[in-house]
Amino acid sequence: MSAVIENHHDEHDHGPAKGITRWLYTTNHKDIGTLYLWFSFAMFLIGGAMAMVIRAELFQPGMQIVEPEFYNQMITLHGLIMIFGGVMPAFVGLANWLVPMMIGAPDMALPRMNNLSFWILPFAFFILLSSLFMEGGAPNFGWTFYAPLSTTYAPPSVTFFIFSVHIMGASSIMGAINVVVTIMNMRAPGVTLMKMPLFVWSWLITAYLLIAVMPVLAGAVTMMLMDIHFGTSFFNAAGGGDPVLFQHIFWFFGHPEVYIMILPAFGIVSHIIETFSRKQLFGYSSMVWAMLSIAILSFVVWAHHMFTVGLPLAAEIFFMWATMLIAVPTGVKVFNWVATMFRGSLTFETPMLFAVAFVVLFTIGGLSGLMLAIVPADFQYHDTYFVVAHFHYVLVPGAIFSIMAAVYYWIPKWSGNMYDERLGKLHFWLSFVGVNVTFFPQHFIGLAGMPRRYPDYALIFADWNMVSSVGAFLFGFSQLLFLFIVIKTVMGGKKATDQVWEGAKGLEWTVASPAPYHTFSTPPKID
Amino acid sequence: MSGGSYYVPDQSRFPIFMALSLFLLVMGASSTINNLDDPASNSVYILYFGFACLFLTMFFWFRQVIKEHLAGLDSNQLKQSYVYGMAWFIFSEVMFFAAFFGALFYVRALAVPWLAGEGSKGAAITAIELWPAFESSWPVMTTPDQGNEFDLAKKSMAWPGWSKALQWLPMWNTIVLLSSSWTVHLAHLGLKKGNRRKFNVYLGITVFLALIFVGLQALEYYEAYAHYGLKLNSGIYGSTFFMLTGFHGFHVMMGGFMLAIMLARSVFAGHFEQHDHFGFEAASWYWHFVDVVWLMLFIFVYIL
Ligand code: HEM
Ligand SMILES: [Cu+2]
Repeated sequence: MSAVIENHHDEHDHGPAKGITRWLYTTNHKDIGTLYLWFSFAMFLIGGAMAMVIRAELFQPGMQIVEPEFYNQMITLHGLIMIFGGVMPAFVGLANWLVPMMIGAPDMALPRMNNLSFWILPFAFFILLSSLFMEGGAPNFGWTFYAPLSTTYAPPSVTFFIFSVHIMGASSIMGAINVVVTIMNMRAPGVTLMKMPLFVWSWLITAYLLIAVMPVLAGAVTMMLMDIHFGTSFFNAAGGGDPVLFQHIFWFFGHPEVYIMILPAFGIVSHIIETFSRKQLFGYSSMVWAMLSIAILSFVVWAHHMFTVGLPLAAEIFFMWATMLIAVPTGVKVFNWVATMFRGSLTFETPMLFAVAFVVLFTIGGLSGLMLAIVPADFQYHDTYFVVAHFHYVLVPGAIFSIMAAVYYWIPKWSGNMYDERLGKLHFWLSFVGVNVTFFPQHFIGLAGMPRRYPDYALIFADWNMVSSVGAFLFGFSQLLFLFIVIKTVMGGKKATDQVWEGAKGLEWTVASPAPYHTFSTPPKID
Repeated sequence: MSGGSYYVPDQSRFPIFMALSLFLLVMGASSTINNLDDPASNSVYILYFGFACLFLTMFFWFRQVIKEHLAGLDSNQLKQSYVYGMAWFIFSEVMFFAAFFGALFYVRALAVPWLAGEGSKGAAITAIELWPAFESSWPVMTTPDQGNEFDLAKKSMAWPGWSKALQWLPMWNTIVLLSSSWTVHLAHLGLKKGNRRKFNVYLGITVFLALIFVGLQALEYYEAYAHYGLKLNSGIYGSTFFMLTGFHGFHVMMGGFMLAIMLARSVFAGHFEQHDHFGFEAASWYWHFVDVVWLMLFIFVYIL
């Protein structure tokens, strides 16, 4: 290890190291981005398999396939894996690949810590998944792990869950610090704040949210740990605490967390719509201000998840209006996307298809969110499938579609090869139909009163549940096609040009495809 | 740097070793905690092993960073990245404490009064029927339910009044910690003037004060357990008291340890230059942060 200093000077002109150590020891933002993206894909498939189990059980009323106890473990792990293992690492992977290239930096600001942030994740999820095989089974209290379900009544594996969340959180915080520092400190001369690509802006704000709320989550699980094993009473009314306190702390983390999962998507979609409209993006600075105000507001709306716990009336009203206020900047963004497309020379390659679907379907999710924000209405909707429909609309055709769009959009830059456009379009249409068939009916059964998180249901809900399950299988299995397309593209295909897309703007399109292992060794010129 | 002005480090084994150590550490911690009642369990050795690995990895990692720095490999840009990185790390720590302070404010202002039936919400919940005798106060010395999982305390850590102020440990702790923030600042001034003796002496005093603080805090915990009957399981007052002061004390130990390392580096290796000493500065920022947290604790946990 001491030899490192001596041969430091000539080392970094070389390409990647050979063999497995390239991936284990790497400090290269592109390698680490790739690791993050593949990890996230693997988690997406595992979490997806769990969703298949859930939908198979719900295909018909009555108990068919799994025990109720196992069903609870499935919904819990599905949520945790998709959020912390699927969506978040995918966005960090995209940030790794794109942020340095977009701002003309050679790499992330703290490259070794970058590697650490990634490699914590496989261990954390190994722990989480291994809890399936522990005595008493995996965590079974839902991804929101409300006390006392997750304390007094939790299986012993909850301790492993707590520590796994701790190290996941450490990974996120380090990843976020890296992104913030990179953006603040590594921009090439001339890349002023208001000239930064929107994806970079979206990640700057996301990273700030992450650094602010991941430690709060760590606090919440620490209090759980103490309550379970060391006799404290944070969430125990008998000792003077309050289970509702758990919900406050959790959602103080949880609501900004949902914006952590959507802000980078906003950035991605803005780029893609701009490119395929062959126009200047409409309202760049209003996009930035909208994201900033969403981020700030997201700290004062958390109790909209708790309208039915018996908050004081003034709190219900405050959180209702604050929540509705967020719809304003969100509306600004949707307006700007539509205005960008208006009178553009549109073409609909796969990334654009996903991006347009994002705008439409995310808006549906935003509208159902607005309905949920109305306190008296939420008394009816809360903990029904309507909520499930809402957050799946913002997360699947929202966050996940944006990730897929990003992969199609930038994979020519990453791999040097074009993906197969016909297969890409097929993947899009299967996913688009699958997602809507799965989640749209959940609005109906939710409004009709079907509660979430039960393995069985009343007969009146049978038809739409069956439809929903069929859609889920369609969506689930279409993702194997996505896997195939990605592998095929990485292996070979039509060579991509440097600019790749006719209308593409930005520094990353000025370098070769595939992007060289070290992109910029001197700051690029920006005008 | 061949080619350009940008810094690109080589491959490194430290990160993955650190990830592996963290894995061992948390596996060990989880299984130790789950087997607390089982004297035959060996899990604690995994915990120790993980901790040792973590410690060693960090030692060699930091050594490497310092070596690179001394060899002049760090660009100004990289140095600036460390500055920003440390600042954001401290912000994340602030938010960690915010969660516990938030819990404290919530139970003091809302949960405990409601449990005693105060306010419109208090009247609406079942607490008054379940625990009609419970009355709201802070520090709350009893628990709504008098079940035997709680050890009720006889006495709290709150402000004892001016007459007893001098026998009151938190007062001394405050004095010790505030002066240590001052001495670390003096050390910094000394360094900036190129006065190494002043730097070493004041930094030494700071580390010494840190040790005193930890000692006094240990004494306070001993008193709490042995004489006041105040324990982790004395209900919500004990919970908030021990968790807030405990995490703070843990951070004092970390900060003190960092400062001790900086002292050793200065005394034994002559590290730190007049205009180039961010390692020390980072540790001193951390120290000031720990100090501010203590002030908040002093006000909201002890006095008010
Ligand atoms: C206009 C914007 C939005 C509004 C007004 C809104 C409103 C709400 C409300 C009121 C709830 C609570 C419903 C209940 O439990 O009764 C909720 C739940 C949820 N929302 Fe949204 N939301 C919005 C956007 C988003 C976005 C962008 C995401 C994520 C990307 C998201 C993710 C979630 C999730 C995950 C839940 C359910 C959490 C759970 O209980 O498991 N929402 N939303
Ligand atoms: Cu929310």
